[in-house]
Amino acid sequence: MAHINSAAELEELRKGILSKIEPDKPCIAICAGIACLGLGNDRVISAFEEEIRKQSLETKVDIRATGCHGFCEKGPIVVIYPEEICYLEVTPEDVPEIISQTVVGKKVIDRLIYTDPNTGAKAVHQFEIPFYKNQSRLLIGNNPKINPKSIEDYLAIGGYSALAKALFAMNPEQVLEEIKKANLRGRGGGGFPAGSKWETTRNAPGEEKYVIVNAHEGEPGAFMDRALFTGNPHLVLEGLIIGAYTIGSHQGFIYTRHDTPQLRENIDIALSEAKEYGLLGENILGSGFNFNVEVHLDVGIFVSGESSALMRSIEGKSPEPRPKYIRTSVSGIWNKPSNLNNVETWANVPQIINNGSKWYSSIGTERSKGTKLISLSGNICNTGVVEVPMGTSLKEIIYNFGGGIPNGKKLKAVHFGGPMGGSIPESLIDSPLDFDVLSKLGTSLGAGDMLVLDEDNCMVETARYFLDFLSGESCGKCVPCREGIRQMLKTLTDITDGKGKEGDIELLEEIAGVVGEAALCSLGRSVPKPLLSMLKYFRDEYEAHIKEKRCPALFCKELKKGEL
Amino acid sequence: MSEIILQIDGREVAAESGMTVLEAAQRAGISIPTLCHHEMLEPYGACRLCTVEAEVRGRTKLVASCLYPVEKDLIVRTRSEKVDKIRKMILELLLAHAPEARGLQGLAQEYGADKNRFEKEPSFCIHCGLCVRYCAEVKKKHAIEFVDKGTKREISFIPEIAAKECWNCKECFPLCPTEALQAAFVLTKELAFFSLSSEPVPAE
Repeated sequence: MAHINSAAELEELRKGILSKIEPDKPCIAICAGIACLGLGNDRVISAFEEEIRKQSLETKVDIRATGCHGFCEKGPIVVIYPEEICYLEVTPEDVPEIISQTVVGKKVIDRLIYTDPNTGAKAVHQFEIPFYKNQSRLLIGNNPKINPKSIEDYLAIGGYSALAKALFAMNPEQVLEEIKKANLRGRGGGGFPAGSKWETTRNAPGEEKYVIVNAHEGEPGAFMDRALFTGNPHLVLEGLIIGAYTIGSHQGFIYTRHDTPQLRENIDIALSEAKEYGLLGENILGSGFNFNVEVHLDVGIFVSGESSALMRSIEGKSPEPRPKYIRTSVSGIWNKPSNLNNVETWANVPQIINNGSKWYSSIGTERSKGTKLISLSGNICNTGVVEVPMGTSLKEIIYNFGGGIPNGKKLKAVHFGGPMGGSIPESLIDSPLDFDVLSKLGTSLGAGDMLVLDEDNCMVETARYFLDFLSGESCGKCVPCREGIRQMLKTLTDITDGKGKEGDIELLEEIAGVVGEAALCSLGRSVPKPLLSMLKYFRDEYEAHIKEKRCPALFCKELKKGEL
Repeated sequence: MSEIILQIDGREVAAESGMTVLEAAQRAGISIPTLCHHEMLEPYGACRLCTVEAEVRGRTKLVASCLYPVEKDLIVRTRSEKVDKIRKMILELLLAHAPEARGLQGLAQEYGADKNRFEKEPSFCIHCGLCVRYCAEVKKKHAIEFVDKGTKREISFIPEIAAKECWNCKECFPLCPTEALQAAFVLTKELAFFSLSSEPVPAE
């Protein structure tokens, strides 16, 4: 493939790719997301390959291993184009039948399509399944149409048109203005306006500037960035290149975990393909703009996702946070201005440039715009990745997309943001998905990891679990974080063991107060959040453990399990 | 270097740009307690004992004075109810590990820290990192490092380096506010030195 040297050549190429696509040729899209991988989709994929060989259909049928389709609960998922018939929980044994009945015979196999567990209603197509219906899958909806290892699939759906627009039809100031007007807020947890951050980095003194994708997703219950980045790496890359052009950066970094080989492979392929096509490297699309990207892997510690620690890690030092009295947008990697955004934030950029800030800001609430990816897990019927407009109520997410609570149990709480997030009780689930509303309630949208807790979950144990996780994942550098976690964990363990004593809650609050105010980095300062939110809404459970030696959820084994 | 006027504890203090609040205070004779700070070493910000209140344009925040840069019109309060509460808790958390450490006794008294507040877990090291940083920054040997993370973090001599470098140095020993460093050294020496050292061991 030759280097593309202009926007016109890019469109030529796209036309060429589209003209090669036969709309009626069957294509089997098999979800190869991480959850389906765990459910054995590699065996499903090889079964399809083998069966196609056996029936000599190699030239008549295409196979596409795609990124995550989102409905992890029902994987492995297979979609058969052009009819878009969706089969769930597919096993290798189903494969010969799918080929002969559906692909060749154009007949739907009833037992493999979605059946509503309550109404018995069937859904043949993905978009008819309640989980997908009414989602706004602007970011992740293209996953089933893309082989993440092929840039052509991304180009076929209009990929890199936003980059061409930004480079040739806009100047950096105009791109910045568009991002600011769209009010894109950082999806990594802080909700800080991305445009302001870009502007600070752009205006910071110094010629050399860096842009970074924070793909270090490490907390329990967060898997949306991985689903998006693994499934559609060019989308994130395109956003990053546009950001670099706007900020005036010529070097980008992708920082991710060392233990996600599938993601790493797809990123590496995407980078080398983009480079080959002239979308990355020197003289991008013939515009004169140069930009390169390096991939950096973590050393297996959760805190290295914290921005200052991440930047130290890229410098080759041990990933310990440093205090950000000077923002990393002004002094980041090697003390150069460095703009860090997470995967989902960058992924939003191409659509803002393509469709305009006005279109973008028509989605969502007054101060939280666009759609949000949510990874739904815990006590919920449909575990998976959901994408909805900001402002969607938690109730809709849990019941419409999540399918409610399994086993007839009662919903107790929703926990956002993992070990540094907060819980809100069932009584508040009419609240909208909104950065500011959730933060006022004592939780935070975080990166969008939503853990659903039912009546069998003990809120003391949940706080203890998070602190236990953090006791191994904090860097251990500063006293309030390291020692505060140690003592809070000790006290909570005592309480769940039935050894809680009068004054423990007050002690926990006192330590939490010091950790929250005096710890060095944002991880440390967020350590007490789950505990404090639970003390706000579920204090009686803590008191029952201490005063009555009773676990209301009947979870803590060491306690007398109520009156049986 | 331009001069910056800021206010510390109600006094006008002159400082140079690039200085930290701690340096400005020390120069003006205002004492702020520290455990992990040493003038020969890069600011570290780990013990958080030097936390002070900094007021910028009417907004007050808690910052580590050893790292916070001075700026014009900054108002600093080195003692307040909040600051004292934080220092007391930090000392109590550390006293659980090193109840008799000489570096902690005076401070404990000043801030009313109770050494029995938390259950004792005598590991003696308070993770100030003075030894680790002195060896890395001044001696450039890296004979002692932090290992592990979170609550399991501890200091450890690297036997291969320590067997060569430490005999005639030991300059980190007087920096240690507890006895943990010497203990770690003795342990490493007993367990690993003799099998590693090909050179004759000098008489001590």
